[in-house]
Amino acid sequence: MAEAAVRYLRDGRLEGEHAPALSVSGSLQCCPLAARAMLHVTAALASQAASGKSQARGLVIVAFDRSPEVYLDFMRRRGLDPNTFNRCVRILDCYSDPIGWKQKIQSQQHQESSVEPCSMDKENVTIFRSVKDVDKLMCSIIDLGRGFEGEGKIYFTIAIESISSMLKHASVSSISGLLSNLRSHDQTSSIFWLIHSDLHEPKFSRAFECLSTMVASVEPAVVDSVYEEEIPGNMSFLEKNYSNAKFYVRLKRRNGRVKHLYEELCVEGNDVKFISSPSVSAEVNQNLLPKVGLYISSSI
Amino acid sequence: MEEYGGGNLLSEAMGSGPRVVVVEDCVEAPAAFVLHLLLKRALAGGGAVALLALAQPFSHYDRVLRKMGCNLSLHRKNGRLHFFDLQAFPGGPKGGAISDAFFRLYGDIQRVVDANRIAEHAGQFTVMIDDVSLLEVAAHGSVDDVLDFLHYCVTLTSEMNCSLVVLIHEDIYSSEGVGLLLHLRYIADLVIRAAPLSTGLAIDVHGQVSSFPLLVALANIITRIGVLHL
Repeated sequence: MAEAAVRYLRDGRLEGEHAPALSVSGSLQCCPLAARAMLHVTAALASQAASGKSQARGLVIVAFDRSPEVYLDFMRRRGLDPNTFNRCVRILDCYSDPIGWKQKIQSQQHQESSVEPCSMDKENVTIFRSVKDVDKLMCSIIDLGRGFEGEGKIYFTIAIESISSMLKHASVSSISGLLSNLRSHDQTSSIFWLIHSDLHEPKFSRAFECLSTMVASVEPAVVDSVYEEEIPGNMSFLEKNYSNAKFYVRLKRRNGRVKHLYEELCVEGNDVKFISSPSVSAEVNQNLLPKVGLYISSSI
Repeated sequence: MEEYGGGNLLSEAMGSGPRVVVVEDCVEAPAAFVLHLLLKRALAGGGAVALLALAQPFSHYDRVLRKMGCNLSLHRKNGRLHFFDLQAFPGGPKGGAISDAFFRLYGDIQRVVDANRIAEHAGQFTVMIDDVSLLEVAAHGSVDDVLDFLHYCVTLTSEMNCSLVVLIHEDIYSSEGVGLLLHLRYIADLVIRAAPLSTGLAIDVHGQVSSFPLLVALANIITRIGVLHL
């Protein structure tokens, strides 16, 4: 339930608790759809922040996989006007020059280079050039979050796209530490991230799932056990998987129960749509408290 | 097949304007011909090309494209083809870091792309790499350095009206580990795969090519599969 996930993140944290965290995972079979689901959640939270309906005053997007222009275009199409976008969204651009090559080239040339990432002209986009330095990354995220205006305590939401790109530059332990520190920061309302599960060993993907309080998996709509080359021309399952997927959500509640939700995800034009399937969704009672048995025996 | 026209499937797939094209092949069905077709297509369309060649010297491409009716020597002389002979890559001072060599290479590519962009009547610029598997070997197996370099090439596609075409040999990668191949499939807008026919060899058909257009930014997803006969 995408809307349930958005509401969960929108409501933010309770006093004394860590911020809720959503992990969105997908694989190559349906990777465009996992990325679109992430965009959908990002845009929805930006709208909520803009309209004052969320605990967070703004959204900090840590962009590794896409140019900031992609987010700007998507949110514009979703109806978020540029002024509102500038007020409620900050993008930490880790895509354009992640390890500082372009800046180094520019300084070597000693001249105003025409090769400037378009993000340099945007007031709400900050280029980050040291993606290997996780501590510096964390400070930059927090600084951007503190920059939102408002009265009282300012909360902000953080979106990271994607953890898989971060893992190219930093270790699992350092990124885990970053996510934990961000969750525990007293101004973080909520945090969510995208991870491509087949780019890592399963234990690493599970490690990041353990850091989250909600896991959303985007899985192929059709699974064909026959490798596609053996049936040339019969690519209907591929076509189906590029436009449809299954969206599974596992939400850990405060009472220890885990709620399982399911929706179908499909592409509609430039947007993505979620279709509920109430007959499939189920609630799983998992009491995390240990059961204690009390036996009384009498020797009389 | 329209041998010099690029085939209907290829033209159709490229017509949607993919920014990052990954061409996959194997020993049984080499796909160097796809690069040759795309190279000819890029130059015929009035654009410019930076060809990063690790597999063959310039004379090889010149000979092959000449048979296809394209004079690479002339394009090189006119500044529309920038040929990077990388057979000795990384080269440079002994003991130098691989990342420094990739940084210098990226700087050279950015310079030619930038020069093309500010030139009059500048057309589409294509960066072509033949091939990424050899680039990984030249980097002594450092996938991270190769991925950093490729990422910067990809940023050119979003900032400079550029496209990136890379060739990779899919059969040298194990299906169990996560390697360069999987990373490339993630960043590709279009995957063109050459494979042998399931029915085996035939007299007049050498293999088949299929294309898998993936998400192109936020554009509509197009899925068409076809067979290109040689």
